[in-house]
Amino acid sequence: MTTFEAILLTIVTASTPLLIAAMGELVTERSGVLNLGVEGMMAMGAACSFAAAVTFDSTLLGVAAGIVAGALMAALFALLVLGFAANQTGSGLALTILGLGLSGLIGAPFVGARRDPIAPVDIPGLSDIPVVGRLLFEQDLFVYASIALTVLVALYLGRTRSGLMLRSIGENHTSANALGLPVLSTRFRAILFGGACAGLAGAYLALVYTRFWSPGMTAGRGWIALALVVFAAWRPGWVLVGAYIFGAATVLQLHAQAAQFGVPSQLLSAVPYLATILALLLLSLRHGRAIGTPGSLGVPFVPDR
Amino acid sequence: MFSGKVFGALAGAAVLAAAATGAVAQPKDKIKIGFIYVGPVGDHGWSYQHDQGRQAIEKAFPGKVTTTFVESVPEADSERAIEQLARTGHDLIFTTSFGFMEPTLKVARKYPNIKFEHATGFKRAPNLSTYAAKFHEGRYITGIIAGKMTKTNTIGYVGAFPIPEVIAGINAYYLGAQSVNPNVKIKIVFANTWYDPAKEGDAAKALLDQGVDVLAQHTDSPAPIQAAEARGKVGFGQASDMERFAPKAQLTAIVDNWSDYYVSRAKAVLDGTWKSEDTWGGLASNMVVMTPYKNMPDDVKKMAQETEAAIRSGKLNPFKCPVVGQDGKEIECKGQGALSDEQVLGMNFYVKGIEDKIPQ
Repeated sequence: MTTFEAILLTIVTASTPLLIAAMGELVTERSGVLNLGVEGMMAMGAACSFAAAVTFDSTLLGVAAGIVAGALMAALFALLVLGFAANQTGSGLALTILGLGLSGLIGAPFVGARRDPIAPVDIPGLSDIPVVGRLLFEQDLFVYASIALTVLVALYLGRTRSGLMLRSIGENHTSANALGLPVLSTRFRAILFGGACAGLAGAYLALVYTRFWSPGMTAGRGWIALALVVFAAWRPGWVLVGAYIFGAATVLQLHAQAAQFGVPSQLLSAVPYLATILALLLLSLRHGRAIGTPGSLGVPFVPDR
Repeated sequence: MFSGKVFGALAGAAVLAAAATGAVAQPKDKIKIGFIYVGPVGDHGWSYQHDQGRQAIEKAFPGKVTTTFVESVPEADSERAIEQLARTGHDLIFTTSFGFMEPTLKVARKYPNIKFEHATGFKRAPNLSTYAAKFHEGRYITGIIAGKMTKTNTIGYVGAFPIPEVIAGINAYYLGAQSVNPNVKIKIVFANTWYDPAKEGDAAKALLDQGVDVLAQHTDSPAPIQAAEARGKVGFGQASDMERFAPKAQLTAIVDNWSDYYVSRAKAVLDGTWKSEDTWGGLASNMVVMTPYKNMPDDVKKMAQETEAAIRSGKLNPFKCPVVGQDGKEIECKGQGALSDEQVLGMNFYVKGIEDKIPQ
């Protein structure tokens, strides 16, 4: 394996959890709900997936547990913001704090345990193609799932009736309600989907990326996922691009340091964030302000108001 | 974390009573000790090792000492947590991160009858001690092993931040390697975080991808050494024994052993002999402990053990003079035959042979 291939492979691993979590949040936000609890749901996904994987010695059960944990956290959030029309910003922040704390408690007995790596999918013949072979045809299943997820979300939002309904509810929930669209139940499903994705991203982090559990291991990736959704102007394709730009910038700056390029590491560490800001700026210059923001984003919906 | 509020209130009253009668340094039958950790107890590293020390106290004085701890305390918001411990009747309070220095000093001034101990800082008061460990002694030994073990002649180092403590570690590691392998090269990557397992792992992978085959780390999670294991390369555990994460890759680990120190300080409070001091312990005082040397040939193992013994007995100092800087000039020798403690604690240069620059 050449250095170039190795770098590309690391970029894919670094980008995948961001992509999965951001894709879930995108759907939630397109329905008009802002869930700032991604970091907390991700941490719960990581803790529960690792606990289940170690207890039952099964990666599959671990992944399932991560998804369920994320979705359960999201259900709690839905109860607050849909059931009680609570403030979404406050509830989301509370969900993050709860998730980080609770995950520490659940994961405590599993501190110090480790899992063996998951074998990547290996398609004989195809994986041997120079340069792109291993990159395209020898990843773990999560990577393929994350790409499939992007395509499916894009198709769902852009090409299906149900997706159109979800988008119109996010744009203007009062009109959507007047037209007889099920605002609350659609949003409930969108929130659950977002939670499940965050949980899956957490599972990827614990089971594939680091292969151990330790408290607070999400280390801010939930917040980056949130930023990516804005960066992408709420479009699935751009979320994919953003996640990979961010992953690439993170990994490349480490390589630049190892190669002794002589650029300050503090500056290099800031590159991914600077890239995000720059991209945001360029996007808004091209499209005018607040492009793509769902009209009802963050506004509580009360049917009879 | 704050169990036994009633007991706390009673103990608090006892402290006040003691203050009122002016009886401060008297032997005590029962004491309460509090700990402030910067990270979670389950970090596998820094805070985990401090908690091992706390547990050692509980074991050493059954029935005489009760302990409490507060974990994941943000450095900026630590004053509240420290004062909370002071108010709830703790006789001795350990604050275990550099960033707790000013808050600890502030609370210590407010509660002159309570004893405080701050790790890795330099500000003391009549009721505030400081303590730290000479981890660079262990780094020198790992450097010797790395210099012997590398086949690509390139060793690597994942650092957290370019601060003196980390720089001194890198220099000691490289000097050790150079002493047995004059042509060895080192590659350094700063993760700019103490704790982000995924990023630490990526930093390690970047080094391994660029030809490093022996990896050292000065970040807190086992991710780097685990990355070495996954690639069939070797490395060193940091802060605690990380063998279970990398049974084939861990050559040895530099363990922070606070237990002996913590037990002795608890005993001093019980005996009424506690004094404000500055302790900088190393291999000799068991504050720095090397785990068994494994996964290496016998001659390398022997060399490591001999080096450890020499440092322990004081015969060898990793920063023995002359120490030469990157510009080829000798560093002024302010200690006896070696760099002084202050020079090591404030180290801001790389030694000759390191081709990288310290990020400014």
